[in-house]
Amino acid sequence: KMSLTAKDKETVKAFWAKVAPKAEDIGQDALSRMLVVYPQTKTYFSHWKDMSPGSAPVKKHGATVMGGVAEAVAKIDDLTAGLLSLSELHAFTLRVDPANFKILAHNILVVFAIKFPSDFTPEVHVAVDKFLAALARALSEKYR
Amino acid sequence: MVKWSDFERAAIQDIFSKIDYDVVGRAAFSRCLIVYPWTQRYFGSFGNLYNAAAITSNPKVAAHGKVIMAGLEKALTNMDDIKTTYKDLSVLHSEKLQVDPDNFNLLGDCLTIVVAGQMGAAFTPEVQGAFQKFLAVVVASLRKQYY
Repeated sequence: KMSLTAKDKETVKAFWAKVAPKAEDIGQDALSRMLVVYPQTKTYFSHWKDMSPGSAPVKKHGATVMGGVAEAVAKIDDLTAGLLSLSELHAFTLRVDPANFKILAHNILVVFAIKFPSDFTPEVHVAVDKFLAALARALSEKYR
Repeated sequence: MVKWSDFERAAIQDIFSKIDYDVVGRAAFSRCLIVYPWTQRYFGSFGNLYNAAAITSNPKVAAHGKVIMAGLEKALTNMDDIKTTYKDLSVLHSEKLQVDPDNFNLLGDCLTIVVAGQMGAAFTPEVQGAFQKFLAVVVASLRKQYY
């Protein structure tokens, strides 16, 4: 279990402060990429009229997802406790296979690289990757 | 045999024509060593890999980045039969270098992220899809001779 060091948390919070103003854009872009590049993920959104990049449901949901990430940043010192209700939501209602968390995380990183090329250094990349993995673990807490 | 659409062929060729091989090879490989430090196990002879600064300034890392890009170039120029093109490379990685093939995906992810950073908005979701498909075929071909 690769826990977040104090430095990791500092790095994540500092990077998040830079990217937060564009959170909705980032969420929309990452989700669009996931749906295009990993079409099997579309199965979770079959109730949407439109799954194309830039569509209304994708925009709205991208913002929702990034709201969750923001919450996780704020609760970075205890993700398991902080994300309890989100974990219950994903485990019992949404039943998203946790393998997909990694897929979405990858696409979030791609968007960071595109939108913040000079800030998304290798050092920031490893801290953010660890954070998103810890977030995914916390989300998976209630699964079984 | 892998089927490439016209869009995919064009997108992949376009990426490789635009990126600086030396920059991308070095950036992707050093990112892999930094983000997934266990991959350093294969590079004991590379000297100082102690921290991110050491890795990004290490000349052996830069040189190996070029080797990786040369390998990708081979796949690029033989897109319709990467499996056969990579037969010897696959044997090399499995029998001589004994690289855990899961590492290929880690390097692939770093390549995607570095290329995304280089291309910016031109790296659309569809272009990303084409590039990741190319990497998936490369990885599958590298894995082929492992059993």
